[in-house]
Amino acid sequence: MDARAPSKPLVRMEKITKRFTGVTANLDVDFDVRPGEVHALLGENGAGKSTLMNILYGLYRPDSGVLTIEGKDVSFSSPRDAIASGIGMVHQHFMLIPSQTVWENMILGLEGLSSVLPKRAIRERILELSSRYGLSVDPDAKIWQLSIGEQQRVAILQMLYRRAKILVLDEPTAVLTPQEAEHLFVTVRQMTSEGHGIVFISHKMDEVMGLSHRVTILRKGRLVGTVDTASTTKEKLAEMMIGQKMIFSIEKKELQPGKPVIECASVCALGDRGIPAVSRATFMIREQEILGVAGVAGNGQQELCETLVGLRKVESGAIRVNNEELTNSIPKTFIDKGIHYIPADRKGTGLVPNMNVSENSILKRYWSRAVSKKGFIDWKEVFSFARGLVSRYNVSTPSMETPVRNLSGGNLQKLMLGRELSDSPIAILAVHPTWGLDVAATKFVREQLLAAREAGCAVLLVSEDLDELLAMSDRLAVMCKGEIMGILDSPAETPVEAIGLMMAGTPAEEALASAPRGGGKS
Amino acid sequence: MKLSIKVEPRLETPRMLGIAIPVISLAAALLSGAVFLFFMGVSPFQAYSTIIRSSLGDAYGLSETVVKAIPLAMAAIAVMLSFTMLIWNIGAEGQIFMGAIAAAAAVRYLFVDNHLAMFAIMFAAAGIAGGIWAAIAGYFRARWSVNEIITTLMLNYVAMNLLNYFVYGPWRDPASLGFPMTAPFPDAARLPSFWGTRIHAGLFLAILFPLIFWVILRFTRWGYEIRVMGENPKAAGFAGMSYIKNVVFVMFLSGAIAGIAGMCELSGLQGRLQHGFSGGYGYTAIIVAWLARLHPIAIILVSFLMGVLLVGGETLQIVMRLPLSSMLVLQGLILFFVLGGEFFRKFRIRILSGGATPPIATTSAKEEK
Repeated sequence: MDARAPSKPLVRMEKITKRFTGVTANLDVDFDVRPGEVHALLGENGAGKSTLMNILYGLYRPDSGVLTIEGKDVSFSSPRDAIASGIGMVHQHFMLIPSQTVWENMILGLEGLSSVLPKRAIRERILELSSRYGLSVDPDAKIWQLSIGEQQRVAILQMLYRRAKILVLDEPTAVLTPQEAEHLFVTVRQMTSEGHGIVFISHKMDEVMGLSHRVTILRKGRLVGTVDTASTTKEKLAEMMIGQKMIFSIEKKELQPGKPVIECASVCALGDRGIPAVSRATFMIREQEILGVAGVAGNGQQELCETLVGLRKVESGAIRVNNEELTNSIPKTFIDKGIHYIPADRKGTGLVPNMNVSENSILKRYWSRAVSKKGFIDWKEVFSFARGLVSRYNVSTPSMETPVRNLSGGNLQKLMLGRELSDSPIAILAVHPTWGLDVAATKFVREQLLAAREAGCAVLLVSEDLDELLAMSDRLAVMCKGEIMGILDSPAETPVEAIGLMMAGTPAEEALASAPRGGGKS
Repeated sequence: MKLSIKVEPRLETPRMLGIAIPVISLAAALLSGAVFLFFMGVSPFQAYSTIIRSSLGDAYGLSETVVKAIPLAMAAIAVMLSFTMLIWNIGAEGQIFMGAIAAAAAVRYLFVDNHLAMFAIMFAAAGIAGGIWAAIAGYFRARWSVNEIITTLMLNYVAMNLLNYFVYGPWRDPASLGFPMTAPFPDAARLPSFWGTRIHAGLFLAILFPLIFWVILRFTRWGYEIRVMGENPKAAGFAGMSYIKNVVFVMFLSGAIAGIAGMCELSGLQGRLQHGFSGGYGYTAIIVAWLARLHPIAIILVSFLMGVLLVGGETLQIVMRLPLSSMLVLQGLILFFVLGGEFFRKFRIRILSGGATPPIATTSAKEEK
C-alpha cells in the first residue's frame, strides 16, 4: 500500500509504561499509526490493549513514555484534549445517551455551540457524513431504539463529526454480522483513503488479515512485535498473541435430539418502537440440541428471545414449554420452568453493576430454598454459592464483595453464564454469548454451552459469528426482518452463500437453489 | 505557572470519604450559616452555643429534641424506603397529614375507651390512609410513568387543605373560641408520655422502624428485590421481579409509615387535630434521609441532630429575636452542602499546575483484565 509508505506518523507512542497497583499494564510499548493505514492491535484480554488506547485517548496518563501527534509532543489530561488533537475512540460499550436522539448525541460534549442548537445544520452534517461513509442512520431516532449495530454507526459518526483523524475502533465487529462487518470495512477503507489512521482492535484473525496493513501484538503488557500484514499468516499472529498454537476447533459430540422443550407457533411481537419485530416465528428447540439463530443485527433475534422468557409481549401466536402453554406468562414463570436467558447486554440487563459478585450470583435464585428461608436471605450460603460459582466458572474477581461493574467483559459473562447454568435449566437462550471475549474465554463459554447440550438442555444460540454458529449448531435458523427465512437441518453442509442470501431476505428454497452446490465452508 | 482545575469521576469511593464527606458538609453548612447569622446582626458563636445549650444542655431541652426527632425519624424511614427503589416520594408531608386526619376520624367515629384498642385502630387507620395517599402516586408512576415527584408534591397540598377543611369545618370544636382545631382527644386516644416530659410512646416506633427496615433491606428477599429494582430495573425484570407491583407496594408502605408518624404526633403530642399541624417534618425528613445516606440506623442519629437544630432554632427565635425563616435558611444550607458533598463522593477535583502532574485515574488493575 503506497498510502502508508512515507511521511510522519499521525501518532507515535514510544516506550509507554503504565503501572496500576501491583500490575504492569504496559511496559515499554512502542506504537504508531500512519496516515491512510489500518493498524491492528492484537492481544488477549488483559494484554494491555485497552490501557494503551486509553492512554492515547487521554483517559490515563502514562507513568513514562512519549506521545507525539503529527510530530509534536503532547500530554493529554483528559479525552477532551485527545479529541481536540483529532483522536476519536469507539468503545466496545458505546458512550451514547440512550434517551436522546442521534443528532443530540452527535454534539455530546462539544464546545462552542451556540445556545440555540442549530439542529438543521447538525442533521445535514450527519446526513452528509453518513452518505459519504456509508453509515446510514436516522438522525431523529433515539439511541435506545437502535440495534447495537446501528448504535455503533452513531458512535463512529460522532467521531467523524468531531473531525477525528485517528480513529480507535475497539472490537468493532464483535457486535456485527458478516454483512454489517463488510459494510464497516467499506467505511474504514473510505476513511483511510482520505488519510485517516485507524487503530483496529480485534480478536478475529480473518478480519485483521483482511483489513489491516500492519499488526502490533501485545502480550501481558509487553510488545511482542509489529509486523506487516502482507508478510505474515493467521497462525503466526495467533502464536505471537497467545504464545502457543491455537485450537480453532470445537469438540462436539454426536447426540440424538430428544423431545421438544420450547415450541413456538406463529409468534408475532413488536419492537421497542412499536413496529413489528418478530413475525410468525415458528420453530422448536429439542433436548440435547443447539438451535443457532443467524441474522444481521436488529432483525428480531433479541426480541424473539425476550418473548420466550416473558420479557416481551406476544401479540399473536403461542409459546409452549414442555407442552404447556406459557404465552405471555410473567418472567418468573419461565424462570421457574427452567428457561434461562443470557442477554447480550450484560451490564444493562443481566447484572446489577453496583451490586457485588455474591449479590449478583443469586439474581435468579434468591427465592430458592438453598439461599433463603422464610423470606430471609442466608448471606453465608450466598457467599459459599458465589465462591463455588466463581471457582467453577473461572471468574477472576478480587473478592465476593467486589461490585461487578469492576469486572471485565469476560468475567461478567462467565459469572452470568455460571449463574444461569447452575440452576439446572431445561433450556438456555444465549444472545451473543461470546461477544467481545478473548480466545480463552470464548472457548470456555462455547464448551459450557456444549456441556449444557450434553446434559440434555435445549440451547438457542443467537450469534453474529457465522463460524461459531456453524461449528456449534445442530440446526440453524436464519432471520431477516423478524421472519425466520428457513431452518437448516445440516448447517455445516449448507453453502455459506446460501445462508448469506437468507440473511438478506431470500427464502430458504430459493437461496439453496441459487447458491453453488456441495459448498460447506471454504 | 498555569493552574487548571480538573474534575474526574471516581471509580471507587474510599470508605473514609463516606463518613468524612457528610461531616465536612455539615461543618461547611454551619460555617456559612455563621456568616449568615453575622449579617443578621447576631454573634454566630453565641447563636450556635444557644442552639446547643437549649437542645442538649438540660433534661428539658434534651427531651424536646427527642420529641422533634421522633416524627423525623419515622418520616425519614418512609422516604428512605422509596428512595432506595429510586422512587422519589416527596409527599411524606401530605401522608403525615392524611395519617393524622384518619387517626382523628378514628377517634371521632370509632372511639373505644381502651388505650390499646384505640391505639390499634388509630395505627391502622393512619397507616392505611397515608399508604393509600402515597400509593395513588405510586400507581400512576408504575402504570403510566407519571412523574411521582410532581404527584406526591401536589398531593401534599390536597392533604393540607383537606385537613384545613375538617378543622375549620365539620370537626371544629365549638368550645375552641373559633380556633381551627378539634376538641381535645379523650385520654384513651392519647399515647402515654414518659418521665414527666413530652416524650411519648412514638419513641419506640421511631427506634423500631429503622431497626426493622435495616433488617428488611439487608437480610430479606424482599429487601434484596427492592435494592435490585433501585439499582437496575431492567435486571429486576429479567430476574422475574415485578417492578410495577413493587412500586405501588413500596409507595404504600412508605406512605403508611409517614401516616403513622402523623398519628404519633397527633396522639402523642398535640392531642387534637389543628391547623398547621406538622410544620414541615415531611420535608425535613428528606434532608434527614439524604444526610443518613439512606441508611436506616444512621437516620436515627441524623434525626436527633436535626432535632437539635429545630429546638435550638425555636430558642433562637425567642432569645435572639431571629425570625423562624432564619432557621429554614440554616436547614436549607445543610441540605445544599450535603447534596453538594455528593459531588465529591462521585468525582475528584485536581488542581493541575503546569508541569509535573500526578496520574489521572488511579484505577485498579482489574479494570484492565
